Amino acid sequence: MTPAISIEELTKDYAVGFWRRRPYRALDRLSLEIEPGEVFGFLGPNGAGKTTTLKLLMQLIYPTSGRAEILGRPVGDVAMRQRIGYLPENPSFYDYLTAEELLNYFGELFGLAAADRRTRVSALLDRVGIGAERRLQLRKFSKGMIQRVGIAQALLNEPEVIFLDEPMSGLDPLGRRDVRSLILELRDQGRTIFFSSHILADAEALCRRVAVVAGGRLAASGRLSDILAFQVRGWELVMSSVTPEMLARVQPSVRRVTEISPGRYALELSLDQAPERVLTDLAAAGATLISLNPMRDTLEDFFMRRVAEAGSGARTPQAEESRARR
Amino acid sequence: MRAVRTVAVNVFRESVRDRVPYNLVLFAVLLISSSYLIGQLTAGQDVKIIKDLGLAATAVFGLFISIFIGIGLVSKEVERRSIYALLSKPISRPQFIAGKYAGLVLTLAVNVAVMSIALYLVLGYMVWTAPPTIRAGWDAPGLDPALLKAIFLIFIELMLITAIAVFFSTFSTPILSAALTFGLFVAGHFNADLKNFDRVVNSRAAVLLARGAYHVLPDLSAFDVKTQVVHGLPVTAGYLATTTAYGLAYVAGLLLIATLVFSNRDFK
Repeated sequence: MTPAISIEELTKDYAVGFWRRRPYRALDRLSLEIEPGEVFGFLGPNGAGKTTTLKLLMQLIYPTSGRAEILGRPVGDVAMRQRIGYLPENPSFYDYLTAEELLNYFGELFGLAAADRRTRVSALLDRVGIGAERRLQLRKFSKGMIQRVGIAQALLNEPEVIFLDEPMSGLDPLGRRDVRSLILELRDQGRTIFFSSHILADAEALCRRVAVVAGGRLAASGRLSDILAFQVRGWELVMSSVTPEMLARVQPSVRRVTEISPGRYALELSLDQAPERVLTDLAAAGATLISLNPMRDTLEDFFMRRVAEAGSGARTPQAEESRARR
Repeated sequence: MRAVRTVAVNVFRESVRDRVPYNLVLFAVLLISSSYLIGQLTAGQDVKIIKDLGLAATAVFGLFISIFIGIGLVSKEVERRSIYALLSKPISRPQFIAGKYAGLVLTLAVNVAVMSIALYLVLGYMVWTAPPTIRAGWDAPGLDPALLKAIFLIFIELMLITAIAVFFSTFSTPILSAALTFGLFVAGHFNADLKNFDRVVNSRAAVLLARGAYHVLPDLSAFDVKTQVVHGLPVTAGYLATTTAYGLAYVAGLLLIATLVFSNRDFK
């Protein structure tokens, strides 16, 4: 099956500086493959290369090397854009147009017939929660409302693949919930969604697979469950009827003790400590087991660690090449 | 073609919303008030002066529209980042440039057409009120259709200036684009002088430079037949055809280079 999105060794260098132009690597040999119908989270801190990647996929910028395809077509194929939708980061549109006029304009570019345009524009604006304001010029819209219009325009052509760059940006909690439910709705319709975000909770709620980029490089990619499953970083043992004497006995093996309620404690053990031994000691002294759980990384922990690992060093093409050789 | 037309219509709509048609009101007021004042001051020359004034005002108002809208056509889209969503739609970069250009040419065509109608209306009123003895002394008929030849060439010149503005707009800031376009407009009107530069300077390098500039810069004075038309002198169909062909070839060349520049640009 043809992947919905295929990215191979995509690299982008910019020249920075005024007098002495020096290269800056914004994206370093990114390779990814996204299957049709999948919601794919593209995560990373600001400046990690997320928007650069999306701009390369939209051919708003050209790669220094590497290639990318969407729906089996090169990203420069204009006809292919009939089948995709794109929400730019912090979108900005023609402020002299109304929301309705903007969507009509884009609808014409997609070649939609007038009657079809009317129906779709109205339904989409309803779906993203733009009511009577649709007849106001966009210069009167708040940031959140512009974001909603941006989402509507990305869905106008009923795209097979949807690219959303920070779709929750500028939205209030209600708006974020709406967008989350919209993304899930689109997923259920079989559409492929590639969304970039630095908000990890969104990825955890929506994505089956994610990629983490940091410093222009791919730090990790895969199923969320796989990425996080490997990251067991200790054990949490909860016991009741624990006395101070019992605690003192097991203290050397325990990383942290938290009193939940009188006699009930949560004991945090590092990965190299066998929880069975502490559990046996305490149980033998009369304590009762409530629970024993592996402590896994949250996506946030994982993300922060990868970002820290990738964050050091200059981002020049030479530095990236030598890093790759190592 | 659909994409070009859609973008063009949007440019026209933008110019209307940006109150560009207000210049037509200013034009009408200028023409009507001038005709009244000149009618009080001169005898027999008023129609000629109104023709001169009307044609010059059409050219100047058109020039302002060409430069001030033309320079922002592309750069404004990049600055406000509206181009991101637009170029993700099924439209190529050459189609985008063609649509932007066509939209401004459409705006200019409507402006020039309305100004021409206003000029003919004022002239019609003057013909109607002028006594036959005065009319007999005019170089050319009051409602001379030959005025349309001058208006037509003004329009072709405006198309050329718009192409220059769009060309600069593809890679430069609006202020720099305005300065460069205006500079080219001025240089274009004095282009013929560059041909004979060797008569006034001795430096061979300067003469070669001037000769090179003469061949590269547009010869805008060729589009100015206002004096001939106002004085009833002939402007042949052959001259109109060759000048139009020259203007359109220049426009095509500029748009081609603008498209090449724009097609290779990164929108960071």
